[in-house]
Amino acid sequence: MFKNLKNTISTIVAVCVAGLVSSASAETIVLGSAISLSGNYSTNGLHTQRGYDFAVERINSTGGVNVGGKNYQLEIKYYDDESTPARAAQLVERLIQQDGVQFMLGPYGSGLTKAVAPVSEKFGVPMVEAEGASRSLFTQGYKYLFAVLSTSEQYLAPAIELAAAKAKAAGKDPSSVRVAMAFENDPFSLDVREGVLTAAKKYGMKIVIDDKLPADLSDMSTTLTKAKALKPDVLLVSGHSKGAATAGRQIGEMRIQADIVAITHCEAAKVDEKFPSAADGMLCPTQWVEGSAEKDDIFGNAAKWNDDFKVAYPSYKTVPYQTAQASAAVLVYKVAFEAAGSLDQVKVRDALSAIDIETFYGNIKFSEAGNNIAKPMFMRQISGGTYNAIITADDMVFPRKASY
Amino acid sequence: MYDNLQLLFVWAPVINVQIILEGVFVGAIFALVAYGLALVWGVMNVKNLAQGDFVIMGAYLTFTLSKYGLHPIFSLPIVLAIMFGYGWLIYLLIIRRVIDNDMFVSLLATFGLSLVMQQFMNVLYGPEVQIIESNLPVYTMFDDFVTVPMAKIISLILAGTFALIIVIFMKKSRMGQAIRATSQDARAARVLGINTDRVYAFTYALNSAICGVAGVLVSIIWIFQPFYGIQYSLRAFAIVTAAGLGNLPAVIGAGFGLGLIEKYTSMILGTEYEIAAAVVMLLLVLVWRQISLRRSRQVVR
Repeated sequence: MFKNLKNTISTIVAVCVAGLVSSASAETIVLGSAISLSGNYSTNGLHTQRGYDFAVERINSTGGVNVGGKNYQLEIKYYDDESTPARAAQLVERLIQQDGVQFMLGPYGSGLTKAVAPVSEKFGVPMVEAEGASRSLFTQGYKYLFAVLSTSEQYLAPAIELAAAKAKAAGKDPSSVRVAMAFENDPFSLDVREGVLTAAKKYGMKIVIDDKLPADLSDMSTTLTKAKALKPDVLLVSGHSKGAATAGRQIGEMRIQADIVAITHCEAAKVDEKFPSAADGMLCPTQWVEGSAEKDDIFGNAAKWNDDFKVAYPSYKTVPYQTAQASAAVLVYKVAFEAAGSLDQVKVRDALSAIDIETFYGNIKFSEAGNNIAKPMFMRQISGGTYNAIITADDMVFPRKASY
Repeated sequence: MYDNLQLLFVWAPVINVQIILEGVFVGAIFALVAYGLALVWGVMNVKNLAQGDFVIMGAYLTFTLSKYGLHPIFSLPIVLAIMFGYGWLIYLLIIRRVIDNDMFVSLLATFGLSLVMQQFMNVLYGPEVQIIESNLPVYTMFDDFVTVPMAKIISLILAGTFALIIVIFMKKSRMGQAIRATSQDARAARVLGINTDRVYAFTYALNSAICGVAGVLVSIIWIFQPFYGIQYSLRAFAIVTAAGLGNLPAVIGAGFGLGLIEKYTSMILGTEYEIAAAVVMLLLVLVWRQISLRRSRQVVR
């Protein structure tokens, strides 16, 4: 028996030593990210993390990253920022100072990105982020911040354009359109609101409801009661996943009829699956559609990425764009590392700012300020449980007729 | 704000009906959670900061059962039983050890429990926002103007029935009498042969079961997430502090009152002020109580 035990122990020791040796011999580039795995933004934090992980696995299995003739594997070090900006900033500092991480991936959401960007900027650590769309991130003169996504004032403004186009087609003045909106009180949603206000002002539309929603939202019945009484033509809601879930549930329960209903984060909250009747005809802005034609060598085109991701994570029926853009951020790093031919932070930063590529997520080219200016925002409409891309106003089922 | 007042009282007064109904539905659930808290607070002097997390746990149990095809309404007795057992277990593991210490120890212990429960649910179910579709009809009144989901009516009836059962239980049953006796004077109750340890365990378990029922109701009318417990804890504390301990009618009254105040605030000032209304109500009650106490306060020279 003791002999057996001895054998077992020696085997364990051997395995451990082998593990140490192998992990030491494989060269890795460690990316760091503070991500929301608990707290208010944890739904989307998880979507983001899966996008990062999926991309890392794929890049590693297809040869890794080739920097100056040497092959590297990617690895991500995560900390849970608990959806709190102060914690996220602390953790990014810890990643950089204690864990020696030299390249950052963004957290989830504009608020958190806003909190961590000054930290990585201070240390001269490049950060490619995929989830912070707030306009205000790109007016600070940050040199090390790059975002693969379109900025947030473009999210719901297309709904106003569509409403104006439909009003014109019906021979009415667009200024007769009445808009109701409910936005969460956070940097992202307030930016979305700014975009809507600018668009509505352009047409002289009247804003009849302009409510702000609390961060821990589970009930917006009073806002919808107002909408019921005022009968707006356009109803816009933005409040991340919980806003979409609450709106989906209560728009159905309260039988709200508006010609256009547009909500952000439909896919992330699975509105189409959970509230099939209320979701019918809803417009959902998206950073990315799985039908777009752009492609790259690692993931193929959008449809291929979408299929492969579903194989890796079968619980998704519709993959949220938050996940796609997270994968794109990792891909951008790979391209930048290879273009820089070095792991020097300044050289990688310069390679990032010079990037101009086609990916499954769309074209990526950063402006001076760091936002992606090569990719448009898309609008989709839920119809019979599927998402249909709306390119022109004619593609849209109008007015939205939900059968409650 | 002026627009909203005009809307409420001039243009479409019928929406008052909707607001009042919403307030009542919300209030019923708040009252239930607050009553459980008042019970534990009054009998054991434990301020249970994990109150809201018990509610969310009830919601997640319903969610699990609904995956096996059980309708939320029918899963209620199962959730009730599981939560009762869970409460008893937590009492044996944690509460029993802190009950004789001062207030801060129990506050810290239940706060820790709250964090552990949140993270445990997060690990087990993931952080996604969840809902349960009860597939119940929606009734409309006043020409489609006021909508009342059947789920909310059922939850109101269930909350009412459950509250009634507890009242009768506390008045008539042997255990109920023992609980009341312990709450009045624990030492005297012990002298008279009441096993206070058992009474405490039962009280804590009963609170947990009450929260479980509230959780079932929450799951069919709102959305839930592992970290949403704090909302219910906060409101329960506001209600109990405002209403006082051991006063069931006042707790229920304050529950409905809070529901109505929240909904009217939200209608007039905007949804973001809803939870502020709860805290402001608490503040006003405390200030008012301070003033009325001052009148009868005497200084010993």
